[in-house]
Amino acid sequence: MTPPIDGLTIQSVRDGLAKKEFSAVELTTEALRFAESANPTTNAYLHFCFERALRQAAVVDAKVARGEDAGPLGGVPVAVKDVIVTKGVRTTCGSKLLENYIPPYDATAVIRLEQAGAVILGKTNCDEFAMGSSNENSAFGPVRNPVALDRVPGGSSGGSAAVVAQGTAVASLGSDTGGSIRQPASFCGVVGVTPTYGRVSRYGLVAFASSLDHIGPFARNVSDAAALLQSIGGRDEMDSTSAFAPLPDYNKALSEDVKGLRIGLPKEYFQGLSSETGDHVMRAVDVLKRLGCEVRDVSLPHTEYAISAYYIICTAEASSNLARYDGVRYTSRSTASDTLSDMYRNTRGAGFGTECKRRIMLGTYVLSHGYYDAYYLKAQKVRTLITRDFHQAFEQVDALITPVSPFPAFRLGEKLADPMEMYLSDIYTITGDLAGIPCMSVPCGRTAAGLPVGMQILTRHFDEAGMFRIAHAYERSL
Amino acid sequence: MKLTPEKVRYVADLANLKLTGEEVARMAHDLDEILSHMDKLNQLDTTGVEPMAQVLSDASETATLREDAIRPPLSNADALQCAPQPGQGYFKVPKVIER
Repeated sequence: MTPPIDGLTIQSVRDGLAKKEFSAVELTTEALRFAESANPTTNAYLHFCFERALRQAAVVDAKVARGEDAGPLGGVPVAVKDVIVTKGVRTTCGSKLLENYIPPYDATAVIRLEQAGAVILGKTNCDEFAMGSSNENSAFGPVRNPVALDRVPGGSSGGSAAVVAQGTAVASLGSDTGGSIRQPASFCGVVGVTPTYGRVSRYGLVAFASSLDHIGPFARNVSDAAALLQSIGGRDEMDSTSAFAPLPDYNKALSEDVKGLRIGLPKEYFQGLSSETGDHVMRAVDVLKRLGCEVRDVSLPHTEYAISAYYIICTAEASSNLARYDGVRYTSRSTASDTLSDMYRNTRGAGFGTECKRRIMLGTYVLSHGYYDAYYLKAQKVRTLITRDFHQAFEQVDALITPVSPFPAFRLGEKLADPMEMYLSDIYTITGDLAGIPCMSVPCGRTAAGLPVGMQILTRHFDEAGMFRIAHAYERSL
Repeated sequence: MKLTPEKVRYVADLANLKLTGEEVARMAHDLDEILSHMDKLNQLDTTGVEPMAQVLSDASETATLREDAIRPPLSNADALQCAPQPGQGYFKVPKVIER
């Protein structure tokens, strides 16, 4: 007898399999049935991969039958954002251009998930090519926040946050370039982790802004998120920017004491946010104080320049990364074109949505002759200053705590008309990406209207263990 | 700063992007707003600051290079599987030059 899918954790799946309460195939069948029936309310999944999921579940069951270890994620139903390629399973990136794209290879993170025993149920909705903060830029319709259906789930990994919040997957993978994991995690009330840049291989992550792109996990608790990172992280020779740094045992780190840890509150992150958000984050900080953390104020003086620097760098990189969608190799093609050049233009003009066009235009502009130094080079120098701010702060403290977003989930359509206002909602999350440090969102209460609020924890390069330790201590104390 | 429709069309041309008249007007307005926000960076003196292209590298330049070993590549059929117009083992495109 399979238990309710929306209440599962990695541990409960492990226990159930070990005690033979259910098989992986039974669990997967039920998870697919439940996810498919629940999906119309949120539109969080774009498509399911029934065959692949059941094949993987049978592999897990065979291992269990032989008395072998089914892996740390054995039989766990997970979902993967549709910007991460899956061999033989449609990968659209939320774009009309890739509506029928079936990748001939798997992303490294996908291979590692399955090696750890996880069962991928399907691919999740997202903003087109991961560009957006509300999941309203998907060519296949917006995702609704399962906590409040008239609200956005955040973006761009809105689907991956929503499936975990809705309980249609135990955990999921998303991608984060400027907050695309943490912001939706905070809007949907789940845990979302952006690891150190290079911690997880980007091989098979469809490129948006290569120097800023990260793959990371969503889960309903800190230990599940840590288990996913443990499985997907580490050096991969298919991504030359993936780091050699060894992965510590995150599970061990979870149980370590936080007493005496120094936590910094960057004052620039507590200005101009909704009072309810600030109150909840400060209450969480009080909990950590009670657990023995030492809290002090710090300053990250270049924070106010981050949005400008970020949107110059990410659009510049996007404009060159998205040049590959030309109607020749794997995208759909606009047929009414006499010349090659017209074919490119028509295909791209008809295929990209408004936000992608805006970012391609902006990126092309800032890289164009006469503007490169004023915008792109300048932004890269500001990136140095922002990163230096973090290094200096980490000389005084072990971790930083901030809000994830200045406000909780907003209504569908609320910010669509004004792109600059949408960009400004990323204010607290983009700095972590610019500096490449690990950062995560941990649920820390709900507003009077019942909307989740997230606390962001940021630590030094490669110190995900320290970050998990704080998050877990907080979570456990609730 | 004012971004003219001509400039927008020029940039769209560089980006191989066909925009409708309506899109050109909207783009001029949106980019103008975003670029004026970005001008904020000019308030900062960045003399002597190194530009940052890559977040971190914990390895020497050659450590990231893998062994130059032959391995099976993506097959021709796999590579062409999603092509809008494959033919004779190639990607077919509209005429590039007049004969």
